Amino acid sequence: MRTRRAEFLSGVRAQLPILLGTSPFGMIYGINAIKAGLPISVALGMSLFVFAGSSQFIAAQLVATSTPPGVIVLTTFVVNLRHMLYSASLAPYVRHLSQLWKYLLAFLLTDEAYAVAITRYQTDDELPADQTNFHWYTFGAGLTLWVSWQISTAVGVLLGAQVPESWALDFTLALTFIALVIPTLRDRPAIIAAVSAGVIALAAHGLPYNLGLIAAVLAGIITGLLAERNIAWTSERAT
Amino acid sequence: MTLWLMILGMVIVTYSVRLSVMAWLGGDGLPPVIRRGLRYVPPAALTAIIAPALLMPEGRVDVSPGNLRLIAGVVAAVVAWRTRSMLLPIGVGMVLLWVLTAVAG
Repeated sequence: MRTRRAEFLSGVRAQLPILLGTSPFGMIYGINAIKAGLPISVALGMSLFVFAGSSQFIAAQLVATSTPPGVIVLTTFVVNLRHMLYSASLAPYVRHLSQLWKYLLAFLLTDEAYAVAITRYQTDDELPADQTNFHWYTFGAGLTLWVSWQISTAVGVLLGAQVPESWALDFTLALTFIALVIPTLRDRPAIIAAVSAGVIALAAHGLPYNLGLIAAVLAGIITGLLAERNIAWTSERAT
Repeated sequence: MTLWLMILGMVIVTYSVRLSVMAWLGGDGLPPVIRRGLRYVPPAALTAIIAPALLMPEGRVDVSPGNLRLIAGVVAAVVAWRTRSMLLPIGVGMVLLWVLTAVAG
């Protein structure tokens, strides 16, 4: 069994290379939030407490177009629904922990921390009895990301006003999401889900308050599930 | 004040989703249909944000060569697909947009 300290430190180390990608992202969030007219305290507060990059980006953009707060919260919910999958995936590994630990790890549960943690849990060949201190690894990874997210947001907030409009930095949101979406298009149902969500998002763009986004995500989930079932049927008939 | 209430709302929905299975449901986790459905949230949500940003930068659908963001975005997607890198597509897309803007302008 490895000590808590050793687990914590190797969690920190595993997270470090990922900071190369998340730090510019956090900085650009800070810049965009200021450009969108958010007060400095609110821009920083969102990073401190919500700690969910893509939804923070979207929220800043929606505030700029004076979307009502309720719609922004609903959009955040839909965009962050994917975290339920991470929560379910980690559940068996944290079952033995106290409720306090679960609340702590859940707060730090982001795409990047999940990716690091699940790799550790799944590739480990130690006996289950030796996994006692794994949660310290997850905590180390999550805390590293949280701290660096605060720093990079603060840098972006400080730069915010000085970045000229002509740099078109708002485009980094679309580019970041492109880099994130490509690896998720693993199979045909996922591609069908993405395409139908994209089409609905374009068609429903005129809807008030960006509600088209929510409609698009729901349409994507439903078509993805239908495509999955269809493929299952077809392959059953073929065999 | 309203903005802080909005943050509170965002914290509640985000944290609840993260806590859901891990701290509240426990046990066997999610029903399979929900688990499968959630797999489609990332491709759907991300594409739903990307599509209007690339195809309607001025508020209406524009697939002409004059739509520089579409060109830069498509190239970035190809880079993302070929390299599986997170940073490269962002860098290439941004630089391409600047170059195209400078050339077109």
